[in-house]
Amino acid sequence: MAESENIVAETAEKIFADLADAQTINSDKKGSWKAPLWQALSDAGLPLAWVPEDCNGSGASLAEGFSVLSAAGRFAVAVPLAETMLAGWLLAQARIASPDGEMTVAPASPKDRITLNANGTLSGRARGVPFAKAAKHIAVLAGGSNGFSIALVEAGACRIEAGLGLGGDNSDTVTLANVRPVAIKPAPKGFDQTSLMLMGGVARSLQIAGALESMLEISVRYSNERVAFEKKISKFQAVQHNLAKLAGESAAALAAATSAADAVANSIAFDDAFFLEAAAAKIRCSEAAEKGGAIAHQVHGAIGFTIEHILHRYSLRALAWRDDFGSESYWAVELGKLVADRGADELWPLVASR
Amino acid sequence: MTAALRFDPIRLPPECEKLRKEVRAFLADEIAAGTFDPHKPNREDTDAPEFSRRVGERGWLGMTWPKKYGGHERSFLERYVVTEEMRVANAPTRRFFVADRQSGPVLLKYAPEHIKMDILPRICRGEVCFAIGMSEPNSGSDLFAAKTKATRTDGGYLINGTKIWTSSAHIADYMIAIFRTSPPTKENRRHGLTQFLVKMKQPGIQVNPIGQITGQYEFNEVVFTDYFVPDDHVLGEIDGAWKQATSELAYERSGPERFLETYYVLTELVRAVGKNPDTRSAEGIGRLVAQLHTMRRMSVSVAGMLQAGKEPVVEASIVKDIGTVWEQQLPHRVRDLAAFVEENATNRETLENQLSFAIKTAPKLTIQGGTTEVLRGIIARGLGLR
Repeated sequence: MAESENIVAETAEKIFADLADAQTINSDKKGSWKAPLWQALSDAGLPLAWVPEDCNGSGASLAEGFSVLSAAGRFAVAVPLAETMLAGWLLAQARIASPDGEMTVAPASPKDRITLNANGTLSGRARGVPFAKAAKHIAVLAGGSNGFSIALVEAGACRIEAGLGLGGDNSDTVTLANVRPVAIKPAPKGFDQTSLMLMGGVARSLQIAGALESMLEISVRYSNERVAFEKKISKFQAVQHNLAKLAGESAAALAAATSAADAVANSIAFDDAFFLEAAAAKIRCSEAAEKGGAIAHQVHGAIGFTIEHILHRYSLRALAWRDDFGSESYWAVELGKLVADRGADELWPLVASR
Repeated sequence: MTAALRFDPIRLPPECEKLRKEVRAFLADEIAAGTFDPHKPNREDTDAPEFSRRVGERGWLGMTWPKKYGGHERSFLERYVVTEEMRVANAPTRRFFVADRQSGPVLLKYAPEHIKMDILPRICRGEVCFAIGMSEPNSGSDLFAAKTKATRTDGGYLINGTKIWTSSAHIADYMIAIFRTSPPTKENRRHGLTQFLVKMKQPGIQVNPIGQITGQYEFNEVVFTDYFVPDDHVLGEIDGAWKQATSELAYERSGPERFLETYYVLTELVRAVGKNPDTRSAEGIGRLVAQLHTMRRMSVSVAGMLQAGKEPVVEASIVKDIGTVWEQQLPHRVRDLAAFVEENATNRETLENQLSFAIKTAPKLTIQGGTTEVLRGIIARGLGLR
């Protein structure tokens, strides 16, 4: 993913820089920044980046879409861009055309289940669905007696109870009671709920890594501005070491997330090596969000704890993104089980497989 | 971005996978022949000279060096694969590893031609062992505090002073050491150090063993008394060794040996928990594997930067910082999880022995090759803080 050669990512970066400046957004109590940002993103075809052109999308590659998500993370973008991209991607798996407008995906947690009933309707409950309140449509993965199906559902046909995630974005409970989908088709062979969770997890990993990059940048800048005890706090060795640790966490998140994205973009099968990449990224990025975010706040002192300062836009979102599509502890258990099942002598071959 | 850190997802090319299979087969043969026991990292036979020669015969020493010096002109990524397979198998690499990783590249860059022609092919054949003479009593990580003096004499220098914590000096044929040729200047406290090639088995050098808390013997004190070094054994610029020393560090700091030194306890834990671990063990193993995978991706990425001719000093320091802190914590995390292992796990005794050794090894991991504090200073400089 050489970003300098990636025109899709460059377009996204430019839109974010123009319309998603963290300071402007933070000062705008009415949320009037949202509409122009979403309009510009839609005009550029970014929400449906992963949807093929014959399914109403812009047909960008997986790699290009992933770099849009990295950029979205760096700007802590709080419109349903990642969610709409994921929804379009999910629908495209079953060759269902994407509608215009905001979308999200359900379920967003590996433990929630949505079922396809015998009469062709959908039932079930999904918690922690990001931006469901803002979505016009929901892309749903449903299990039935004949395996998994992918469906497009109108948000208005579902009961949606608003919830708030740590970052202040909607994280809602979606209940489907015999909802008739707009479109429904069988999922491709081998595609299951784990596939959706891994893809969602990689998206969140890139966003977390992006947020950490920004936290590192603003923390370094602040440490070079803030004077205490008659010198810049960046000159205190304890502060320098904390920032070096933050750089390490940011680097680890970046490496894990971009490696997983690369694995998804170039993978032919959902094999164990792919599982390792995607699960490890979610685990390691979530750990980095916790450790790195704590350091960013420590460096900023009390000012970073205020609602006026932009730090929380990154730190709280990075923490919130840990919970979507399986938390780090969930994936750690799954990865640990996989490793144990393969056996001790297969651990190193798995780690060193590429 | 202030930091502009990049860790591109480098993938190992197909020739690396072929090579990996060859290395694994070779190591399996060595284990079967009784050269070493991969389950006993605490053994005392770790200088295995015959093993060293056989590794050389396979073409796995001096892999990236020019053919005219006995090298093989292969890539850093291929060397990377050999290093990680040796490390994971707990192979006895002590005799050749320093020469292959550090001393050889220093000679390639700074030694006169006749010395390169003499020594490099022997390193490639696994015949020579090197030590690194950096630390001195009361200096350690503060390289610029080194005092051991090289005084000008006819045709060379006379060395007087003491190096310490010198790994493998007792088995080494050569040492690349830094000595003081001038006092530091007011403007530059790094000035005045020069790098020398030292022949070990000569009069004027006394090697005194220092035991380690692991029960092993690897460290030494090396005392020089009017030891003569000829002029053609000066490496690089007189008084300018600090530049040379720092530019080599990316190689030393980012490799797989910087997160795999206690890896064996993780394999042994997986063996002990069996096919159906309880949730706590599964989670613990999953987290450790995710962290290991991430570090390896970072380390491979740095190997790719080296292959591309870059000098990723900050990135390499980050990998060493995170990697060594991880390999230091690993035996303690495995110990936590081992509390839940069934009493009758067949490898329980091996696991306990390995844990005991790894816990004793752990304190050195964040010291060797630059302490965590020094590394964080380098990272901070890279971030523009100093």
